[in-house]
Amino acid sequence: MSVPLTDVLVVSVALFALGLAGALLRRNAITIFLSIELMLNAANLAIVGFGAKVGGYQGQIVVFFAIVVAAAEAAVGLAIFVAVFRHHETIDVNKINLLKW
Amino acid sequence: MIPLWLLPLLPFAGFLLCGLLGRRLGKTFVTVCGVGSVALTTVLAYARLVPYAAGVFGGNAAPVVERYGSWIRAGNVAVDFAMRLDPLSALMLSFVTFVGLLIHVYSVGYMHAEEGYWRYFSYLNLFMFSMLTLVLGANFLILFVGWEGVGLCSYLLIAFDYQKESSARAGRKAFVANRVGDFGFLIGLFLILGLFGTLEFDRIFPAAAAAPGRFAPAMTAIALCLFVGACGKSAQLPLYVWLPDAMAGPTPVSALIHAATMVTAGVYVVARANVFFRLSPTAMAVVAIVGGATALFAAIIGTAQTDIKKVLAYSTISQLGYMFLACGVGAFVAGMFHVLTHAFFKALLFLGSGSVIHGMGGEQDMRRMGGLRRALPVTFWTFLAATLAIAGIPIWAGFFSKDEILGAVFARNPILWGIGFLAAGLTSFYMFRVVYLTFFGTFRGTEEEKRHLHESPPSMTIPLVILAVLSTAGGLVGLPALLGPRANLFHRFLDPIVPPITGGAALGRGAQVAELSRGTEIALIAASVGIALLGWIVARVCYSGDRAGTIPERFVRAFPGVHLLVSNKFYVDELYEAVIYRPFRRLSRMFWKVVDTLVIDGLINAGSFLVELSGDLLRFFTTGNVRNYALTFLLGIVALLAYLGWAPR
Repeated sequence: MSVPLTDVLVVSVALFALGLAGALLRRNAITIFLSIELMLNAANLAIVGFGAKVGGYQGQIVVFFAIVVAAAEAAVGLAIFVAVFRHHETIDVNKINLLKW
Repeated sequence: MIPLWLLPLLPFAGFLLCGLLGRRLGKTFVTVCGVGSVALTTVLAYARLVPYAAGVFGGNAAPVVERYGSWIRAGNVAVDFAMRLDPLSALMLSFVTFVGLLIHVYSVGYMHAEEGYWRYFSYLNLFMFSMLTLVLGANFLILFVGWEGVGLCSYLLIAFDYQKESSARAGRKAFVANRVGDFGFLIGLFLILGLFGTLEFDRIFPAAAAAPGRFAPAMTAIALCLFVGACGKSAQLPLYVWLPDAMAGPTPVSALIHAATMVTAGVYVVARANVFFRLSPTAMAVVAIVGGATALFAAIIGTAQTDIKKVLAYSTISQLGYMFLACGVGAFVAGMFHVLTHAFFKALLFLGSGSVIHGMGGEQDMRRMGGLRRALPVTFWTFLAATLAIAGIPIWAGFFSKDEILGAVFARNPILWGIGFLAAGLTSFYMFRVVYLTFFGTFRGTEEEKRHLHESPPSMTIPLVILAVLSTAGGLVGLPALLGPRANLFHRFLDPIVPPITGGAALGRGAQVAELSRGTEIALIAASVGIALLGWIVARVCYSGDRAGTIPERFVRAFPGVHLLVSNKFYVDELYEAVIYRPFRRLSRMFWKVVDTLVIDGLINAGSFLVELSGDLLRFFTTGNVRNYALTFLLGIVALLAYLGWAPR
């Protein structure tokens, strides 16, 4: 039994749109972070779907790598949030505008 | 054997010592280094010159060229570090070192109270270095190094009292006027380089002489370019204006640089390049006419000057004109002879005037002098000897050289002879005018000046006496041809390198030299002695005795216009000011205010303004809020995707 590629891509786009909306609209850094993970996994899903369409296992291998990188990134990102929270006692991104001249 | 490079380098060492250590180590040190280096150079130069001169008289006039290494090697162009001793440079070397030494000694007395004593001697030594380089250089480029060097030293020494506005101005004027000439000189050098591929004297001159037909067409341009340089350096029309102003420098400087040595460099170059000049009748004519015109013009101005040094300055210009007149009619040797005698008597006149100024406590106006004969006897007698020499009274040096020039000119062109003849009379007149105004009559200065009057110290009077002897007897090396073909030692010395003209290029009629008959020659001598005596008598009548000054006064009243014109130097300075200086200034101002400030600065400022403006605008996008960045990121990706989606394939 195989799921059609179109269905996979529709789910992937929906997940991506959800993640994008969350990343742009939420203010809590952790929520934004989760939204970004969502977008990442939408991309992963699309890759797996395309991989199944093409046949073979390369698509799944690439996704494994992406998941490993995402895990490492998550560790760094959460560490930054902890550091920011210790400094500002908030992780509301509207109140953390350090990245400017 | 003393190497030639040592001669210029000794004064250069003196320059370094005086210049670097002189201020700290004091006057004694400066005197020892400054005068000692030149004295040593003089001794060594004569140790080299005497055997060489003996060789020349013995029939071996081959030039000695010492090569020390290669300077420029580029393609076909080759210039060496090389020095050359031949009769011409030997002649220059002999009087440059000797007169230079005398003037150094004189300066010790003259400048003793001067603040910048060390500075003065270091400049003077630098001048000796440059002048010896100029004289000894074996190619035009080494010569040019010396040529520029003497120009620099001239500037430095004219503007020696640099705190005084007028001195600084005079120095600048000399420098700029010389630049004009140097530019022509440089173009001449490039032309020579282009034509011959080298600047070595021992290559270009034989090449030009061997193939006159091939090189003659280019020679007019080359010779005229060199002559433009000579006009600047030797103060000829129309570039002479800097020399009278150069009198702002200390008097020994006027004697050394602006009378005896540097200003004769132009004549030296013309004599050095005589092969070129011979090939171009046009250039010869220009040289002769400019020289003759300058001789007369400057002599006329000299008659109405009241500053003792200004008279001598115009006299120098006039005498230099004589030298060029001689060169222009092909009598290069006679021109060089006048260079030699002029070096003696004009240096003496300047040093004498310096002694007078020293005695008067700085006064230079002859109207405030008078009767100085008794207070300054040595100065008076030596000055008189120089005056007799420059006026051309027989047995004094100037008589022989001037007479030879006038004879040569007469043989070519009687009109030019007339000009020179007239200038000779005027020379005698204005020089005796100086003598009568300064040394005779009654003292017209203040009481204080009268008490201050004193004869100069021996360091000043000894050079005067030596130069007086040379001014009196120096002409005997060039006895007229009348006394036999071998009587003229000077010709025997210089003819090997500057052979007399035997046809070809010459001014005016006929190609061959018109030999003067014995009778004509005697008549010419009588005429020039006559006009010299006439000038003397007129000066005596006008400026001596009970009615001193009445005749000139009546003359001024009768012809006020003439007097105004002459005493204001024909308004040449004013003319240059109006025609060249002021338009040039206006042009420079325009370039400053419009081109530089508005256009160039404007462009730069507009650029920086644009950068600042765009930065100011872009700053608003840097909010520091991560979400804004994410949004921008999204928009960017959408735009990129849209572009990729719709871009034509």
